[in-house]
Amino acid sequence: MPRVTIRVQAEVFDSAHETALLLRGHEDVGGVATFTGIVRGGGGLVALELEHYPGMTESMMRRIAESACVRFGLVGCTVIHRVGRLAVGMPIVLVLCASAHRGAAQEGTAFMMDWLKTSAPFWKREEFASGHSAWVEPRAQDEAAKARWGSLTA
Amino acid sequence: MLRILYFAWLRDRLGRSGETLPLPQGAHNVQDLIAVLRARGGEYAAIFARPELIRVAVNQSFATIAAPIAAHDEIAFFPPVTGG
Repeated sequence: MPRVTIRVQAEVFDSAHETALLLRGHEDVGGVATFTGIVRGGGGLVALELEHYPGMTESMMRRIAESACVRFGLVGCTVIHRVGRLAVGMPIVLVLCASAHRGAAQEGTAFMMDWLKTSAPFWKREEFASGHSAWVEPRAQDEAAKARWGSLTA
Repeated sequence: MLRILYFAWLRDRLGRSGETLPLPQGAHNVQDLIAVLRARGGEYAAIFARPELIRVAVNQSFATIAAPIAAHDEIAFFPPVTGG
């Protein structure tokens, strides 16, 4: 069984620590691909406020992660998504995929990010230096990026 | 009782994150429930005026407005997701 770790948390994550946990006892791993999402600044953005649907968010994250493990033959994966107020420059999401060869690990992280962005119930509100705030609109290109993978369980 | 949840700008507009409601008489699916909520007028009518902007989950699984509902279900309304 692949090793799957899912967490939603306010605290910052430690990528090196999570990688060590993912690898522990797995001598069959030849590579770990890491994606770290960062709160991107610009346009006067100060911070994002991240909200989620407790319960459903974790179950969707698990479905996505398990699907990636099956599809790409991963040894394991870790997905940690932060919630709450995150200032520009702060890490927001971590995806780790471990596999025997690098291709599967790299594709696994791309697959998981495309699905997370469009199918895990998180919502971002942007907070600007002016004091104005606004909910982020979904982007058509995120939906298109997900669509290239077909269905989640394919 | 139905447990109804609102997230993101829906919650902001309504000023509440959720409510409990007896299953309305004659309400068999999500669309029927939306009709009952819209009939309250005010912000309820406003947020459901454009159903294409709303996503729904029944018992924590994505659903369509045609999805059947039953007493004790958890129905969540929210905008398209924007995580990652």
